[in-house]
Amino acid sequence: MNSSVIIFPGSNCDRDMDVALKKFGFKNKMVWHDDDKLPKSDLIVLPGGFSYGDYLRCGSIAGKSKIIQSVINFANSGGLVLGICNGFQILTETGLLKGVLQQNKNIEFICKNIFVKINNIENKFFENIDKDVLELHIAHNEGNYFCTEDELKSLEDNNQIAAYYCGSDGKIDEKSNPNGAIKNIAGIFNEKKNILGMMPHPERMIDQSLSGEDGSIFFENLLKNLK
Amino acid sequence: MEVNEKIAVDHGLKPDEYKKICDLLKRIPNITELGIFSAMWNEHCSYKSSRLHLKKLNTKGKKVIQGPGENAGVIDIGDDDAIVFKIESHNHPSFIEPYQGAATGVGGIMRDVFTMGARPIANLNSIHFGSTQHKKTKNLLRGVVKGIGGYGNCIGVPTIAGQTCFDQSYNGNILVNAMTLGLVNKNKIFYSKAAGLNKPVIYVGSKTGRDGIHGASMASAIFDDKIEEKKPTVQVGDPFTEKLLLEACLELMSDKSIIAIQDMGAAGLTSSSIEMASKGNLGIELHLDKVPCREEKMTPYEIMLSESQERMLIVLENGKEDSAKKIFDKWNLDFAVIGQTTNSKNIELYFEKEKVANVPIKFLANEAPMYDRPWKKTKLPQKIKFSNNDFKKLKFNDVIKKMISHPNICSKQWIWEQYDHTVMGDTIQKPGGDAGVVRVHGTKKAIASSVDSSASYCHAHPFTGGKQVVCEAWRNLVSVGAEPIAITNCLNFGNPEKKENMGEFVECIDGINEASKYLNFPVVSGNVSFYNETKDKGIKPTPTIGGVGLIKDYKDLMTMRFKSKGNLVLIIGKTEGNLDQSIFANVILNEKKGPPPEINLFNEKNNGETILKIIKEKLALSVHDVSLGGIVIGALKMCIEGSKGIKFYKFKNLTNIYQYFFSEDQGRYIIEVDKNNLKKVESILKKNSVHFDLLGETTDKEIIINDEPTFTVDKVTEFYKGWLYKYMS
Repeated sequence: MNSSVIIFPGSNCDRDMDVALKKFGFKNKMVWHDDDKLPKSDLIVLPGGFSYGDYLRCGSIAGKSKIIQSVINFANSGGLVLGICNGFQILTETGLLKGVLQQNKNIEFICKNIFVKINNIENKFFENIDKDVLELHIAHNEGNYFCTEDELKSLEDNNQIAAYYCGSDGKIDEKSNPNGAIKNIAGIFNEKKNILGMMPHPERMIDQSLSGEDGSIFFENLLKNLK
Repeated sequence: MEVNEKIAVDHGLKPDEYKKICDLLKRIPNITELGIFSAMWNEHCSYKSSRLHLKKLNTKGKKVIQGPGENAGVIDIGDDDAIVFKIESHNHPSFIEPYQGAATGVGGIMRDVFTMGARPIANLNSIHFGSTQHKKTKNLLRGVVKGIGGYGNCIGVPTIAGQTCFDQSYNGNILVNAMTLGLVNKNKIFYSKAAGLNKPVIYVGSKTGRDGIHGASMASAIFDDKIEEKKPTVQVGDPFTEKLLLEACLELMSDKSIIAIQDMGAAGLTSSSIEMASKGNLGIELHLDKVPCREEKMTPYEIMLSESQERMLIVLENGKEDSAKKIFDKWNLDFAVIGQTTNSKNIELYFEKEKVANVPIKFLANEAPMYDRPWKKTKLPQKIKFSNNDFKKLKFNDVIKKMISHPNICSKQWIWEQYDHTVMGDTIQKPGGDAGVVRVHGTKKAIASSVDSSASYCHAHPFTGGKQVVCEAWRNLVSVGAEPIAITNCLNFGNPEKKENMGEFVECIDGINEASKYLNFPVVSGNVSFYNETKDKGIKPTPTIGGVGLIKDYKDLMTMRFKSKGNLVLIIGKTEGNLDQSIFANVILNEKKGPPPEINLFNEKNNGETILKIIKEKLALSVHDVSLGGIVIGALKMCIEGSKGIKFYKFKNLTNIYQYFFSEDQGRYIIEVDKNNLKKVESILKKNSVHFDLLGETTDKEIIINDEPTFTVDKVTEFYKGWLYKYMS
C-alpha cells in the first residue's frame, strides 16, 4: 500500500509518522508543502506539529498551502485522508471536517497517555479492529473540539464521531476528558468516512519500549483494510 | 558622539578596563567599538572572573571528542555516533519576562547544539524558584514552564527530564538552566573556527531587530532623544523560525559548503564574528548595511549588539553561495553575504560606505581582562547533636505525609505534562524517572541524561556540595542502567566581587573537579552565571550538573518502579544516619545548620559500578538511588511508580527510626530483587565489598513500618502527585 505524508514547514511528527507507516508495511513517501501534485497514494497523512508556526490559528495557513488543493481533490474523490493532531486542525481549517479545535480547557499544553473508545467501525480506518478501547497519547495545546449544536447533531446522526476520550474501562465521562472537548470527542469523520481527523497520536505508541503499543493495532488494522 | 569614561561605565566597563581599551587602541574608541568591547569584555562573554578557575576542570577522557571552548561538548558513543550537549543559563531574562526568557533559553541552547551539525534529540531543564509562599513564585513558575514548553514543543524535540526546586534564596533571582542533547556522525561535526582568506561570511535566519540590546552594555547617552528605545528588552523567541533554521542548517551541512558556523547568541553578531575569526587567527570584514534588519534606521551599534534570536553566521567555501542560498530560500529564511574573512587580523565594519570600526581581534578576545578575585574559604560546619527529645513529639505518619508532599520532593507531573516528552518517537524513559532516556534513532543504543543541583549542600559547604552534585548525576545515570560518560555544568552563583560568593564558586569547582576526576566523568561543556543577586541578597551557590550516559541495548533500560509483590528490597551502601542538611532536618525539625553528608568517592564509584553489574546480569527488577528524603522517600517513590506497597523489615543498627529512614547518606541505591536471586546478588555485592542491608519486601498495596500498616500506596500517591496541582490551581 502506498501512503504519503505531507511536510509543512513546522511539521514535527512527519518523521514519526513515516517510521510508523513503514514499520507496518506501507510504502511511504514524503511530500513537500510547496509541491502541487501528490504521488499515487492509498492514504494521505497530515502529520502533527506546528505548521507555519500555527500562527494566526492552528492549521489555518496550512489550510491555504499549495499542496492542500490536491489533498482536497484526493479526499473529494474518495481517497483516504488521515489527520493527526495538527493534521486534524488543518482538516477543520480546510472545511473537510466540521468544527474547530480550541485551546485546551485548562489553557495548558497536555502531553500524556489517554484512552479512546472507538465509536464507529464501519469505515476503512477501524473496520475489523478487535479492541474498542485503545490507549493512545496526546500532545497538544489546542485539542478542545467544538462545533455548533446543529453540527453536533449531524455528526451524531451520520455516525461521524470516530472516537471519544474515555477511562481505561471505556467509560465516557468528564473525568476522562483531557481537554474539554465537546462530548469527549477525540476524532471525527467526514460524511463519507474517508477522512479521519483525531487529536491522539497512534504513531507514538508502536513499540512496547515506548508509552504503549495500541497504536500498532490501529496501523496493522488499517493496512489490512486497505489490502 | 564622543566616548568618555562615563559612557564606558554605563556600558558596564570598569574605569581601569576603559583605560586599558584606550591604551590598547592608542586612541579613544568610537561608540560602536566601545559597544563591541563592552560585549566581549563583560562577564558573560569573557568569563573574566571564572576563567582562571575553570581552567582547573577535568575535561579530558577517552570518549571526549570536544571539550569546553566550542558551542557544545561532544562525546563518542560508538559506531561513529556522537552526542553533542551543553547546559546554559537564562536566569536574568526569565525573571524579568518568564515566558520569553525561558523560551529563548531553550532556543539558544538548541542552536548551540545544531550549530555543530547535530540534530537535537532531547531537552532537559533545571529550574529554581523562590519560596512557594512568595507572591511571585506561582506566576514565574507558570510562565517559565509555558516558555520552555512553548519553544521545545513547537520545535519537536522531547523534554525528557528536569529538576525543580523552591528556596527563598531565589525569591529575587530565579534560575532557568536549559540543556540540549544532539546526535551527530562523529566525522561530520562542525566547528566555529574560520579558515582561509576571502571566504564569504553569510548571515542566515531571522532578521535583526532592536530586541535584546543588553541592558548592561547599553549607554544611556545614546538614546537620549528616544527615551522609549532605552528600555532594555528581553529577546523574543520564534520557535517556528528556529525549526526552519534547524532543518535548513542540517540540509546545508550534508555537503561540504561550510567552513565554520556559529550561532548568534549572547552579544549577537559581535561575539559570533569575533569568535570565528579569533579561532582561525584571521581578520573579518562585515558590511552592516547588508544585514537583514527588521526595524528601520538601525545603527551599526545596534546591529552589532542586537540579540535577536534564531540567527547564524557561516563562513562558506567560495562558490557555494548560490547552492546554499537555494536551501535557505526553500525554508523561507533570510540569506545574505555580509562580509568576508581577511588577513588583517582586525574586525573591520563598514556602514553606508564608511568604515565604522576597526579593532584588532586579539584585543577583544585574548586581551580581555582576567581577574584573580579574592575569595574566602567556607569552614565545614559543626555537626548538629540531635537529642531524642527532638523526635519525641513527631508522629511518623504525619512526617511521611509532610515529606512526600514537600515542594522539593513531590511529583513534578504538573510541569512535565506540559512538555512534549514523546515526540520523535524514541523516549523510553519519560520524566519522573531517575534520568530521561531516548533511543538513538534506528539503533539499539539509548542515551540517558539527568540534571541535578544541591544548593543547600553547596551553601553549607561548597567543596562537599560540588562533589555531591556530580555524584548525584552519576547515580541517576547508573540507576537507569546507563554507563555514565560525561557532564556539562551550569554554574549559578552570586556576586563574584564579594569574596564569600567567589569562595563558593572556587570551592564548588574544586569539589566538582575532584568527583569528576575520580569517577572519570569529565566536564565537556558549560556556562557560568554570576551576579544572581538582588538588593545585596545572593542566591545559594547552585552549580547544576547535567550528566550523560549510554545504554548499549535499550532493552536493558532499568526503571525505579516496583515490579511485583513478594520481592526483596535491598538498600545498597551504608546508612550512617546523618540528618544534618537533610530535608527532614530542614522541614520537620527546622534545623538548617550542620555539614552536608560526606562524600566517599571510593564507595560512590564502587557502589555504582556494582549496581551496573547487577543490572547487566539481569538480577535487579528495579533500581532507584537514594537522595532527598532518604530511604523512606526513595522506597515510596518506587512504590508509587509501580503501584505496589512495601513492608519494611525492622532495622538493626541504628537507634532512631527517623535517622535511619530520613538520613541522606550518600552513595546509596534501593534495588528490588527476586527472592530466588538473592544469593547471586549477595555474592556480587560481597565480592565487590559493597555494604548492603535487607530493607524489606514488596507488598500488594500496604506500606508497613515496624509491623504497623501506615498508608496504602494509593494514599501516598495522592500526597505525592497532588501537591503541585493544588498549589497551581
